[in-house]
Amino acid sequence: MLEPDPNYFSSFVCSGEIFELKAELNSDKKEKKKEAVKKVIASMTVGKDVSALFPDVVNCMQTDNLELKKLVYLYLMNYAKSQPDMAIMAVNTFVKDCEDPNPLIRALAVRTMGCIRVDKITEYLCEPLRKCLKDEDPYVRKTAAVCVAKLHDINAQLVEDQGFLDTLKDLISDSNPMVVANAVAALSEIAESHPNSNLMDLNPQTINKLLTALNECTEWGQIFILDCLANYTPRDDRESQSICERVTPRLSHANSAVVLSAVKVLMKFMEMLPKDLDYYGTLLKKLAPPLVTLLSAEPELQYVALRNINLIVQRRPEILKHEMKVFFVKYNDPIYVKLEKLDIMIRLASQANIAQVLAELKEYATEVDVDFVRKAVRAIGRCAIKVEQSAERCVSTLLDLIQTKVNYVVQEAIVVIKDIFRKYPNKYESVIATLCENLDSLDEPEARAAMIWIVGEYAERIDNADELLESFLEGFHDESTQVQLQLLTAIVKLFLKKPTETQELVQQVLSLATQDSDNPDLRDRGYIYWRLLSTDPVAAKEVVLAEKPLISEETDLIEPTLLEELICHIGTLASVYHKPPSAFVEGSRGVQHKRLPGSTGLGESLESPDTGSAAGGSDAPPAVIPSQGDLLGDLLNLDLTPPATTGPPPPPTSGMQLGAMDLLGGGLDSLVPHQSSSSPDYSPTEVGPGGMGAGFGAAPAASPASFSAPVSGGLDDLFDLGGGVGMPMGAYNPPKTVWLPAMKGKGLEISGTFARRAGIIQMEMTLINKAMSVMTDFAIQFNRNSFGIAPAGPLQVLTPLSPNQTIEVALPLNTVGPVMKMDPLNNLQVAVKNNIDVFYFSCQYPISVLFVEDGKMERQVFLATWKDIPNDNESQFQIKDCHLNSDAASSKLQGSNIFTIAKRTVDGQDMLYQSMKLTNSIWVLAELRVQAGNPTYTVSIPLLLHFKYFCISFSL
Amino acid sequence: MSASAIFVLDLKGKVLICRNYKGDVDMAEIDHFMPLLMQHEEEGLVSPVISHGSVHFLWIKHSNLYLVATTNKNSNASLVYSFLYKIVEVFTEYFKELEEESIQDNFVVVYELLDELMDFGFPQTTDSKILQEYITQEGAKLEVAKSKVPTTVTNAVSWRSEGIKYKKNEVFIDVIESINVLVNANGSVMSSDIVGSIKLKTMLSGMPELRLGLNDRVLFALTGRDKGKTVVMEDVKFHQCVRLSRFESDRTISFIPPDGESELMSYRINTHVKPLIWIESVIEKFSHSRVEIMVKAKGQFKKQSVANNVEVRVPVPSDADSPKFKTSTGNAKYVPEKNLVVWTIKSFPGGKEFLMRAHFGLPSVENDEAEGKPPITVKFEIPYFTVSGIQVRYMKIIEKSGYQALPWVRYITQSGDYQLRTNV
Repeated sequence: MLEPDPNYFSSFVCSGEIFELKAELNSDKKEKKKEAVKKVIASMTVGKDVSALFPDVVNCMQTDNLELKKLVYLYLMNYAKSQPDMAIMAVNTFVKDCEDPNPLIRALAVRTMGCIRVDKITEYLCEPLRKCLKDEDPYVRKTAAVCVAKLHDINAQLVEDQGFLDTLKDLISDSNPMVVANAVAALSEIAESHPNSNLMDLNPQTINKLLTALNECTEWGQIFILDCLANYTPRDDRESQSICERVTPRLSHANSAVVLSAVKVLMKFMEMLPKDLDYYGTLLKKLAPPLVTLLSAEPELQYVALRNINLIVQRRPEILKHEMKVFFVKYNDPIYVKLEKLDIMIRLASQANIAQVLAELKEYATEVDVDFVRKAVRAIGRCAIKVEQSAERCVSTLLDLIQTKVNYVVQEAIVVIKDIFRKYPNKYESVIATLCENLDSLDEPEARAAMIWIVGEYAERIDNADELLESFLEGFHDESTQVQLQLLTAIVKLFLKKPTETQELVQQVLSLATQDSDNPDLRDRGYIYWRLLSTDPVAAKEVVLAEKPLISEETDLIEPTLLEELICHIGTLASVYHKPPSAFVEGSRGVQHKRLPGSTGLGESLESPDTGSAAGGSDAPPAVIPSQGDLLGDLLNLDLTPPATTGPPPPPTSGMQLGAMDLLGGGLDSLVPHQSSSSPDYSPTEVGPGGMGAGFGAAPAASPASFSAPVSGGLDDLFDLGGGVGMPMGAYNPPKTVWLPAMKGKGLEISGTFARRAGIIQMEMTLINKAMSVMTDFAIQFNRNSFGIAPAGPLQVLTPLSPNQTIEVALPLNTVGPVMKMDPLNNLQVAVKNNIDVFYFSCQYPISVLFVEDGKMERQVFLATWKDIPNDNESQFQIKDCHLNSDAASSKLQGSNIFTIAKRTVDGQDMLYQSMKLTNSIWVLAELRVQAGNPTYTVSIPLLLHFKYFCISFSL
Repeated sequence: MSASAIFVLDLKGKVLICRNYKGDVDMAEIDHFMPLLMQHEEEGLVSPVISHGSVHFLWIKHSNLYLVATTNKNSNASLVYSFLYKIVEVFTEYFKELEEESIQDNFVVVYELLDELMDFGFPQTTDSKILQEYITQEGAKLEVAKSKVPTTVTNAVSWRSEGIKYKKNEVFIDVIESINVLVNANGSVMSSDIVGSIKLKTMLSGMPELRLGLNDRVLFALTGRDKGKTVVMEDVKFHQCVRLSRFESDRTISFIPPDGESELMSYRINTHVKPLIWIESVIEKFSHSRVEIMVKAKGQFKKQSVANNVEVRVPVPSDADSPKFKTSTGNAKYVPEKNLVVWTIKSFPGGKEFLMRAHFGLPSVENDEAEGKPPITVKFEIPYFTVSGIQVRYMKIIEKSGYQALPWVRYITQSGDYQLRTNV
């Protein structure tokens, strides 16, 4: 046992004491000096500023007393940054200490120097560091290895120039395991901050060295090495297996962190093993016991383990399927452990264990912790949905719980019973009466909405459904949106079922929703119902009372690609948050997302349907829509929110997702401008999963905002037009395409294009009346757009448009309207009004219409500008199959106001230097390389504005 | 990779001592920790990770201290928690008690240790026995340490120093099994398992090679031996010193032991264990008047064995008063601060059955605060016996000097997490 220090913390603040300390620090007596330094450190510890003593403390540095030296070093680390000039004073001693015969002092010096983040000092650090990296003592080498990472953090260039990275790589072959481990840690750290450095160039030889060191180094070193291994992708399944074999012994390590890092490596490399391999099965079996044992660790480690087990269970449910019991909640578990255990219990629930699980859940539901109880009640509902055989027992358990009259239990139970009704229609409706008894006690929106849904859904069986719903209507405006929307839908359902006696009620709710509400979702939904009901009640019935798609058995499944990424991050914060590192680590956006090996190829991921489908993988039927908390929020109780965290992954054309949510899904196509019918690889009608599944795109919001959905593919299209279509000279004008089909325009069909004629941008449209009645009062408006394009005058349709009549209109445009960046840039949202209605569509204009006539830059200016643009701003692309020679191309481009400033011929290649100017006075420069006889042009655009190259290929 | 800085805070969130390892997180961020923690506690959403902007706090609590690690990277969270607990372990070995006072009294050593335990966020040497060889506080010792190169720190054998000498070479082996049981209110065993631990007290000279033989079923199957009782260990965890690859390949437990006391291994056995002390309870609560408790305890183990220091802890409502007890043996005590009746039986022979009755008054005005349903818990210790039947078959000790050493084995079974739910 140590003698405690005399109490240094008790007193002293004033400057007199600083003075006193100064004197003591400069004392001749060693003991006095040491005591003084201790006092200084004590003051520093309690947050007092003792930086004034800097020179005096540094003077004590040259001592052979190790303890004193450490204290002075500690002081330096704290204050050097605030006194960089003074810190230089210490350099000599540092450099000297790095050559001390005592390795402890050498290591201490190099370790401390690395912690002094002062630029001037780092310069002096290089030589000592170089020596220490080659020191005979492993203790010094392992310290020096870490110091390289420190130095890299301060001055990366210096480290590279000095060749320290190579030395560090050499240390991976060091004879001492601790040196290897620290070198690996340092390299990983550097590689993480420089993701593209290709620093951790892992090859089978290095891997072999790491695996050897793994057996010998400390527990922490094992973690560094395992975490590093996890970044490696084996060449084939054999290598994968041999690494797994050498990593599995780590599962028996007493340190939970070692175990989790080993689990990470194994989970990742397992992906590459063929499922029919015996070893694969063996490995699966080996994983369960250590995972279970993690639950006897300290609560914080249990929590990390549980969050990770949650991921592992989703990826490979077979590992822990027999281990339900270990997740039973203990009375003294911390709440965060309880909630996580509950989550995993639901995931593992199956027919085999459901009886036990339900007994447990019922027990939990009578606990006192509100969050935990709620989750337990919800879990009972999930069990009912997941395990059909248990549904009946679950429902009766829930009814028992409702009888307890504990308010939040009742509300939670009603919310889950609604889901059970969805899953098993016409089975448990007998309980509705019991539910209705509790109507008055519901004060949470979710529970109210659930109850209203139930009443609406089963209106025909509830005698007083109209009274019940009417009672909610009184305080309509005080309800939350969720409840309002649900009430609206429920009353419409009621009306469709019992039209005679509820007409008044439905009118009341429709007018409340459309006239007195300023919530656009509610209003729009109200209007849709209103029109549906007034135009075609039969259709309304088909739509509103349509059969609902199944709800998914699993909830809160992590989207598969994210899950894969998280598996690669087992044990880390990402796995605790269930978020990719890029979501919470600054500056990591450019970092490549980690993927599991073997699953990047499409074929591979389908190879394991056992896990894929069980975990709701990419091959889950699109009609099954994961039920979420906000399930109630939508029109038909379909959840069409883009499945960001649940359900199947979005298709590659995710830009279309929002587009798929238009008012009346059938007219979807019209929203997407058909810029080119000649582009074979572009299918604008691709729809997000489930979007059209019900034949009716019911979206919560049909506000114009949905038109701003980025229409991917539009630009690529322009690009595709490149092929030398025999266009006449002059500006290229794309052919007209249908912007608004008659189906969506209530008979009005609009097709159009854009052109630049005599310096004026024109929107040229063909209007066709396909309806039976005359159309008048045409007007047009644009939404704000990237280049401020706006109509220069009114839409000139002077005579009424009679049925089957066609007229051509040219609308002159200017570019002085309000500006808002669109995606894609050239997207334009248009509203056309006539005597019938207002119609919205969006279209895209070719960028070339924005090129002004005076876009010819002066040669000198061009040259100067071209040189000034940094190289890395340049982007390149190629135009294929263009059979024009450079002169023809040049004159053709000129027709579109793309001017050739100069031409150069190098090695049979013609280089055309071109300029163009946009209406907003932005200049674009380009280089076009044409090789005679080669139909491929190369265009370099030395600007960040990538979009502009499209217009060139377009104009050719 | 892991921590940017480590802080030790007092209960109010004041920084007692800290060490900045990476300099990439502002040290002032720690001021947000305590307010956030309190806010989360109020909302009932306590979590071991708290984030503030891009900074994440990973924390544990030990006596009257918070140990907090900060980071702004995707750190290895399990490593950080493991490391924080390691700090607790090391500090406890140094200062006996880790608490506010011991930190303040020993700040110089604490700084030295923090410097040695972690470098730039990477944990380094964390074995307290080795640390004690070169981090001490007494100046006199320093001069000795000065000339000494800490080879052990970087050795492959980083847990044992060379040159250890004992007059009498002995090793004491404790086999301790803890029984975890969860019994439902209706008397059915929901889950049960055994967590075993083999602890060593090594007093051996030099660098001895040890091999431990257990009646491990997998080993017996491997070697083709099948006589006698064997044990199936579900999962085994070893001290750093055990050669894991060797165990993986032929189930041999071979190692160079750390000097002094250490936990060599732990194992988990997932068999259905008969609860060694069975409790039947009837708790009747008559609102506004009284609670009546009847507890019957039965020793479900061999008659020759005796359970020592048995404690049956029965929860009572927090507003209970005027306790009255009657026991057939032992002694019952009301512990109001824990809302418990603790029934203590010093010696409980196998096969016997005992009874305790308790009577409490309840106030006529009901406590409207909802109370949980804490389970009855039981503590006990049964020496000379393991539930699983695990046995140390041999401990071979080989040292190059060729001395004879004696292994001593002791078995003990005790209660672990032993909970029986009640109806009330």
